[in-house]
Amino acid sequence: MTEVVNLSRRGFLRAGALSGGGLILGVYLPTPGEAAEPPLAKPASFKPNAFLRIGSDNSVTVIVNHSEMGQGIYSGLAMIVAEELDADWTKVKVEAAPADPVYNHTMYGVQITGGSTSTISEWDRLRKAGATARAMLITAAAQAWKVAPGSCRANKSRVIHQESGIVLSYGELAEPASRLAPVRNVPLKDPANFTLIGTPVKRLDTPDKVTGAAVFGLDVTVPGMLVAVLARPPVFGGKAIRVNSAKALAVSGVRRVVEIDRGVAVVADGFWQARKGRAKLEIDWDLGDLSALDSHMQRDEYVELSRSPGAVARKQGDAEAALAASARVLESVLDLPYLAHAPMEPLNCVADVRPDGCDVWTGTQAQTLDHHAAALAAGLKPEQVKIHTTLLGGGFGRRAALDSHFVREAVLVSKAVKAPVKVIWTREDDLKGGYYRPAAHHVISAGLSEDGQITAWKHRIVCQSFIIGTPFEAAIVKDGVDETCVEGAADLPYEIPNILVDWKKAPSGVPVQWLRSVGHTHTAFVVETFLDELAHAAGKDPLELRRSLLAKHPRHLRVLDRAAQEFGWDKPLRDGRGRGLAVHQSFGSYVAHVVEISVSKTGKITVHRVVCAIDCGPIVNPDSIRAQMEGCIVFGLSTLHHEITFTDGRVKQRNFHDYPVLRMNETPEIEVHIVKSTDSMGGVGEPGVPPVAPAVANAVFNLTGKRIRRLPFRADDLKQA
Amino acid sequence: MITIRVNRKEYHVDVEPDTPLLWVIRETIGLTGTKFGCGVAQCGACTIHLDGEAARSCVTPVERAIGREIVTIEGLPDDLGRPLKDAWIALDVPQCGYCQSGQIMAAAVLLRENPNPTDEDVDDGMTGNICRCGTYPRIRRAIHLAAQAIAKGAAR
Repeated sequence: MTEVVNLSRRGFLRAGALSGGGLILGVYLPTPGEAAEPPLAKPASFKPNAFLRIGSDNSVTVIVNHSEMGQGIYSGLAMIVAEELDADWTKVKVEAAPADPVYNHTMYGVQITGGSTSTISEWDRLRKAGATARAMLITAAAQAWKVAPGSCRANKSRVIHQESGIVLSYGELAEPASRLAPVRNVPLKDPANFTLIGTPVKRLDTPDKVTGAAVFGLDVTVPGMLVAVLARPPVFGGKAIRVNSAKALAVSGVRRVVEIDRGVAVVADGFWQARKGRAKLEIDWDLGDLSALDSHMQRDEYVELSRSPGAVARKQGDAEAALAASARVLESVLDLPYLAHAPMEPLNCVADVRPDGCDVWTGTQAQTLDHHAAALAAGLKPEQVKIHTTLLGGGFGRRAALDSHFVREAVLVSKAVKAPVKVIWTREDDLKGGYYRPAAHHVISAGLSEDGQITAWKHRIVCQSFIIGTPFEAAIVKDGVDETCVEGAADLPYEIPNILVDWKKAPSGVPVQWLRSVGHTHTAFVVETFLDELAHAAGKDPLELRRSLLAKHPRHLRVLDRAAQEFGWDKPLRDGRGRGLAVHQSFGSYVAHVVEISVSKTGKITVHRVVCAIDCGPIVNPDSIRAQMEGCIVFGLSTLHHEITFTDGRVKQRNFHDYPVLRMNETPEIEVHIVKSTDSMGGVGEPGVPPVAPAVANAVFNLTGKRIRRLPFRADDLKQA
Repeated sequence: MITIRVNRKEYHVDVEPDTPLLWVIRETIGLTGTKFGCGVAQCGACTIHLDGEAARSCVTPVERAIGREIVTIEGLPDDLGRPLKDAWIALDVPQCGYCQSGQIMAAAVLLRENPNPTDEDVDDGMTGNICRCGTYPRIRRAIHLAAQAIAKGAAR
């Protein structure tokens, strides 16, 4: 059970936003197996974890342990506290939590932002913190007035005595409340009485983001700071064997050239000087084992791997036998490329390593990993290292680095030059820098009976794992199957009697990592385009086929029906237009998209309209859900256009001219419909991505009769003969 | 020493003449609202106004800005800046927010040149500015909202 603790009197907490007195509450969450003793009974072992401070100045500060990368989590989590606290929303502020085990993710056991879980994982803890604070403030007021707490109520950061109408503000009550023991077992609000949660509250971070005042990692400056850019190996796994830095050091403003394990750093007074210096470096590289890596050859290798069985992710009935016995067999082979996250803010990190301590400022999604990596790289104890999380100029999974490479680089360079250093990645460094969504090769087949029923489904996936060999392996890899490679395929919702899904691990080498919606980015494309193909083969409407196979999945059905109805699936389209749909569950939420497209004579696809329906269970902020669906749709549409490929071991793409992302003129009309739902809460940061690309591919077939079996789309595939 | 005017104030900066204006503004002068996104005029995150025209500061050598009026997001005048920022806030346009300074700077020039843009005009005017979070539908609406607010203000 979570336990709320009063930390107001703990002097060592009085720093930063927590200074100045007032009521400071933490929420203690015993780790599984730990005795459910009240934490204050064992103060020696108890570590503070302030989540909420109410200041004498009427301010309400929520300390947020999740990173703000655009998803609106600073505002969403603050809303949860403010709701139970009955706080005046205009007085609420947010501060990033430091890296500390007490701020660990309640499900993942490390401090991390990912998996579209921030709201669901903090829902209970923050409601309890807010409700307990409110009860303590009411108690403090009742004591001051010598009345029963039950005769008082809270509203907009004030406590009101009902009979007399006298009022005390939270600011006035913060100090007396800080002397009270937390009120135990405070009842939480009935959701029917929510006034903030469920409403389109304005985000707290918007005002600073329209004036240029918002501080991202790249904007951090500390006194005496130098700027570094790195020359990294041109091929992954390469190493510098000889470095001539003389010409680089001759560039005005260049201070030092430092070799670290990940490359050669040019350290200068500013970015431009560092970059000019880097261009003058003369380096002989040992290119390592991947110097011949070529995307076409890699595809052949994946095809070869797909010819033999992999680790079984799902087995139901006997798919092989049923395929052999079916009247008709359809097979599809699909290829999906490496993808770069390409957040608008290129990677960067500021580190200040001193003999007795180290500070790191960066926009990170993975504080715990970075904290330990920084301590190791600095040669310091973890308690000597502080991680300061800034705003993130986009994350999409790129800033949750399992090896903390972008933090390690800055720490190593700062340590070497004995000064604070900001390492800046150029856009080219960022695109060529790896940690991509793995490329995937899929072979999928299904059997149809005489009357068009799907009798068997066999799906083989070939891709790299980025989980095996990391601390997450024990939790994510089961029976030899990396769940992030088969999610969205192994949990196929369609009612088919015989199913086999297996996974062949592709050789590692190219650094890969999670990208917004992870395995679902490729599995949903395969499953949803193939189902469309089966519908066509069986002479059925793709909506009707899905409906008939999802009878036991009401949440899938609800979003599918809603999106189809809002789109007008039963109405004819204009001439020259095609339509397609897809539905997919990921991260606990259900999303269907229906799209309308056209294709030019030269094979260029224009997406005119996307109608989205989502069921994510209880809603905190409907406008944030809409914003995330809009963002997911644009992100998903971008995957129609770009890829990372290799020739001679080198990444071919360099910048946005050859790694195009969606622009304003390519953005369709987007409608988002939120299905009212009292089912379990799901995430919203990622689930809108997976069904986008397959819905478009299905629409292309609807219009042209051509199946898209690889991404990105190539105009040549669709050009009219 | 090079002298430039940024947001109606003079700065004497000791930088090489080929240094992109972006880094002078960010690192030397310390105004960090203007962002680095691509370095090759592909994304628009670094958009500033140079004598009233939208310019990509990442590819503009500082020497080319000498004697010209440089305006960054921090100094965007209220006549266009206020209605745009208000519209951005009213529609909660930003997600991560990193590209939004550039978006607003581009939108200001668009509205000055075309006070009543169609969707197509907005697309044409804003296509040089990338938003990876996908806030385009809201940017489009916010520009129309700002245009309406400016028109109302003028009619009053």
